[in-house]
Amino acid sequence: MTVSLETSTQIPAVAVVGLWKKFGEHTVLKGVDLQVERGRTVCLIGASGSGKSTLLRCMNMLEAPTSGSVFLDGLDITGRGVDIDAVRSHVGMVFQQFNLFPHMTVLRNITLALRKVRGMAAGQAEEVARARLADVGLSEYVKHRPGQLSGGQQQRVAIARALAMEPKVMLFDEPTSALDPELVKGVLDIMRQLAARDMTMIVVTHEMGFAREVADHVAFLDQGILVEQGPPSAVFGAPRSERLQAFLSQVL
Amino acid sequence: MPTGLHNFFHTFFDLHQIANVMPDLLRDGLLNTLMISAAAIICGTTIGIVLATLLVSRRWYLRAPARVYVDIFRGLPIIVTVMMVGLGLPIAGLHFFGRNSYPYAVFALALVSGAYMSEIFRSGIQSVDRGQMEAARSLGLSYLGAMRLVIVPQGVRRVLPALTNQFVAMVKDSSLVYLLGLLASQRELFSIAKDTTFETGNLSALTAAGLVYLAITIPLTHAVNALDRRMREGGAVRLATTAGAPLQLLGAQEGR
Repeated sequence: MTVSLETSTQIPAVAVVGLWKKFGEHTVLKGVDLQVERGRTVCLIGASGSGKSTLLRCMNMLEAPTSGSVFLDGLDITGRGVDIDAVRSHVGMVFQQFNLFPHMTVLRNITLALRKVRGMAAGQAEEVARARLADVGLSEYVKHRPGQLSGGQQQRVAIARALAMEPKVMLFDEPTSALDPELVKGVLDIMRQLAARDMTMIVVTHEMGFAREVADHVAFLDQGILVEQGPPSAVFGAPRSERLQAFLSQVL
Repeated sequence: MPTGLHNFFHTFFDLHQIANVMPDLLRDGLLNTLMISAAAIICGTTIGIVLATLLVSRRWYLRAPARVYVDIFRGLPIIVTVMMVGLGLPIAGLHFFGRNSYPYAVFALALVSGAYMSEIFRSGIQSVDRGQMEAARSLGLSYLGAMRLVIVPQGVRRVLPALTNQFVAMVKDSSLVYLLGLLASQRELFSIAKDTTFETGNLSALTAAGLVYLAITIPLTHAVNALDRRMREGGAVRLATTAGAPLQLLGAQEGR
């Protein structure tokens, strides 16, 4: 499949086409197709080991697909000769384990890529970082180290770090799974705000409430196959496949 | 006192001899030893870090030469390496550093300690969580950029205590520079002590030198350990004092 300018009025922000991923003998993704329109929030749901995280990680080539393509703004990022560092600098990623840099202050966590990747001057980078920290409600933690913050605060810093790069797409890999229950809401609130501001977001999540409420589109993976997708009302309200029905009966 | 014990004390612990050689040791020897070991430590650490990043590379053609290097320089007696570098290079017509023995000695010591340190750094680098590299790469940093800015600084911090042995070894092994021939003003602790024993026929000068070596190596060990403790506890201590209150405040807000 090719993405052609004439037939589509809008190139999807992300298009996954026929994606296969094998780890040795183990096949994790078995021909996944998925389109994400600009400004939309898509939630990937499914049991552990269904391949949803791997699918997400293929979208910025943290995992190289075995076959198939991932298009970002119409560019096949799996192709040879693609400057993957440049591509990644436009794709924000938020991890389950936050992955802040523990040896740097919160501020430097955010300014690092602005300076080293974007080539921004120190003063300007700091300004951007402070603005993004304010967005996530952590202005007063500029000088702290990640280890001094709660998990929820660390994840919000991680979101600010990704947003500072002004990404075209934000990828969230189970962003609240490692958090204590009382800290989940603060992170989800920020993601809600992002969705409301039309950030293109792809979210791997076990938070069915969030998916139902915030997602424009929900995709259900099971054993490496995208079994069912659609608006949350359809996916949660009227699941067609047995596998989705079984999954929802487990988690809801 | 039995004669044997008396002779032993007279030979190694003649206070008069020790007092005589001490000024020379402290004036010239100490400074020269510190100079050679400091230079060797700095160069060796640099070599070690570079080698370590090669050793963890996924590309075999980067890994293989580094592995060969480590095996060779870790496997040879230091004395052989010092002679091959310090005497061999000039004989081969490679007067990289002119006629001065110091740079050759420093180079040889750095080659050896770099090999040892690379393995220590490698273990440190490999102990850094994989997510750190993924986070750095997903921000658009190159592999080398991520290594330099994110992975190596964390890995190095973790192996600081293990490096102490290497630093101490460098101080002691700096004495091997005497093999390469020294001007009078270049003599370090061991050379001064050795020359003095030849002049006096008494080994107490070696004891004196030993005491000065200990005066360097023991504080060095404690300094590195203290640095390690500070890096380790730094975050936790500040967490308990300055950040404790606002943390709880915000946590309460989040809970609402």
